[in-house]
Amino acid sequence: MKTLLVLECRGGRLREESYELFAFAEALGGERAMVLIGGEGAVPKASRRLYLADAARYGEYDPDQHAKIIVEAARREGSDCVAFVHSSYGWDLAPRVASALGAAQVSEVLGVKEGAFEVGCCNGKLRRTMATDTERVVITVQGGAFLSWEEPSGSPEIVAVEIAAEPPRIELVGYEAAEAKTVDLGSAEVVVSAGRGIGKKENIPLIAELAKALGGELGASRPVVDAGWLDHSHQVGSTGQVVRPRLYVACGISGAIQHLAGMKGAEYVVAINKDKDAPIGEVADVLVVADVVQFVPALTARMQQYAMTG
Amino acid sequence: MKILVCIKQVPDMECRFRVNGAGTWYEEGDLAFRINEYDEYAVEQAVRLKEQLGGEPEVTVLSIGPDRVQESIRKTLAMGGDQGVHIRDEAAATKDPWQIAALIASYARGKGFDLVLTGMQSQDRGSAQVGVLVAEMLGYPCATTLVGFSYDDGVVTARRELEGGTKAVVRFRLPAVATCQLGLNVPRYPTLPNIMKAKRKEIEAIAVSSLADEPRRAGTRLLYLPQKRGSARVIEGEMSSQLEELVEILKTKCASTR
Ligand SMILES: Cc1cc2nc3c(=O)[nH]c(=O)nc-3n(C[C@H](O)[C@H](O)[C@H](O)COP(=O)(O)OP(=O)(O)OC[C@H]3O[C@@H](n4cnc5c(N)ncnc54)[C@H](O)[C@@H]3O)c2cc1C
Repeated sequence: MKTLLVLECRGGRLREESYELFAFAEALGGERAMVLIGGEGAVPKASRRLYLADAARYGEYDPDQHAKIIVEAARREGSDCVAFVHSSYGWDLAPRVASALGAAQVSEVLGVKEGAFEVGCCNGKLRRTMATDTERVVITVQGGAFLSWEEPSGSPEIVAVEIAAEPPRIELVGYEAAEAKTVDLGSAEVVVSAGRGIGKKENIPLIAELAKALGGELGASRPVVDAGWLDHSHQVGSTGQVVRPRLYVACGISGAIQHLAGMKGAEYVVAINKDKDAPIGEVADVLVVADVVQFVPALTARMQQYAMTG
Repeated sequence: MKILVCIKQVPDMECRFRVNGAGTWYEEGDLAFRINEYDEYAVEQAVRLKEQLGGEPEVTVLSIGPDRVQESIRKTLAMGGDQGVHIRDEAAATKDPWQIAALIASYARGKGFDLVLTGMQSQDRGSAQVGVLVAEMLGYPCATTLVGFSYDDGVVTARRELEGGTKAVVRFRLPAVATCQLGLNVPRYPTLPNIMKAKRKEIEAIAVSSLADEPRRAGTRLLYLPQKRGSARVIEGEMSSQLEELVEILKTKCASTR
């Protein structure tokens, strides 16, 4: 395999997640090279060849031009695999590159098994291995699935890439920073989170009271925030906050990968879910199979009693 | 203005999945099906744009699959879609995103759609490819992962969701494809009068054999249940005994955090 790793630059800096691609390339075996649309400040600490196109010229986000640059690098390098992080940058670009290269795409790869790619299916309840029928393949790699414990080091051999610049069809107007946080979940010792399984907004206080009884903060999965039951500063996950509490209690949360990304660093995880097969069971230490709406208030009462009597 | 919304019918993720005899897909018999969550946002966005423009745009909702997908199409017509297109394909589940996109593009080509909306991914496969591939095949620009959408005079200003709550504001001209992320809007529940009205709306059935047939590029070799790490202690049974067991655990955990 000759693999081309597509690194990401945002706000002039290399996104750390790009380094996960090196661990993926290692798992795959063979040679590797890199491509980056960025500037001096985003050059990775890594050896081997780096195809570098200037973001000042092509923009940090211009999917049409970026796809062309990546395809150009893949052609020059003779790559038979092009790998992206499965991120907002990667999943946006990968199909464009696959289309231009006539390649199969396998999305959100979490493992490499006997030459086949392993991916999740149905919110993590199933897994599948994929076989490709094309000469080349485009991959997006699941965040956190390939980690390397080595400190990045080295410096690349830079090869400049240029293409004929065209006005963008999708114009980047600017970035909007995340909303200001009203709660800091990141430093909380205990986080109790509400998921869609709580059923309705009116049940939020049930979860909030358990959080209080356990001396913790109130977190949430994304649907709870999207529905307006809680504001975004409560959201745990890849598009919310990353928490590392000693105790995490997931109430009516299925355990989608994007949610796990925000809480898998928790020391001890209790899940309360009516579905015994919910994927949250993969990371939980304890899974209570119960209806949250009945179970949580009873649990709160018991914990309050314990706090009073010791 | 002509808007095409592409929807997929997926199993309810709370169902219990069983792998089929061949070990290549799941048994469909045991499952309940519904509209892919991401696609509901696409339908809602189309209907909102139609309302914004005084009802002028025509909203077509397309789905590929066996006859059961008509139920999902019908629901979107009750949300405000004007007409449905059902590409009848018993083998849709064996097709890869490239083949599905080719069917959609083959249907849409030459019909003058100004805006094609899809979900950013499906809940079952999550490959996040079809929308972008349709755009590539039609030669349209494509913006993905939208959590904000506003339209004015041929130009869309949208917010793309990036990681950790950051967003990118992007602008593009129609015709275009846009893929919708969770939270883009609040999809409406169909009202009873609209459900009744939707019964009279047309769903055109098209044989898959009449559309472009592309060879498969990637396929499922094996489907299986993930190996349990086996670490979770499962507490089942009577609530009173469940409480007993959990409270003991939490006492030690909470004592150590105090
Ligand atoms: C790019 C991207 C970014 C994302 N970012 C995030 C993120 O940052 N954070 C996040 O959380 N999600 C994120 N998501 C969404 C994620 O994929 C899931 O859709 C989401 O996490 C599901 O939330 P949930 O578990 O609350 O809901 P569901 O998946 O609907 O699960 C509900 C659970 O509740 C259980 N349940 C139902 N009723 C009861 C009851 N009465 N008692 C007990 N249990 C019950 C069900 O068995 C089920 O397991 C993102 C998705 C994408 C594509």
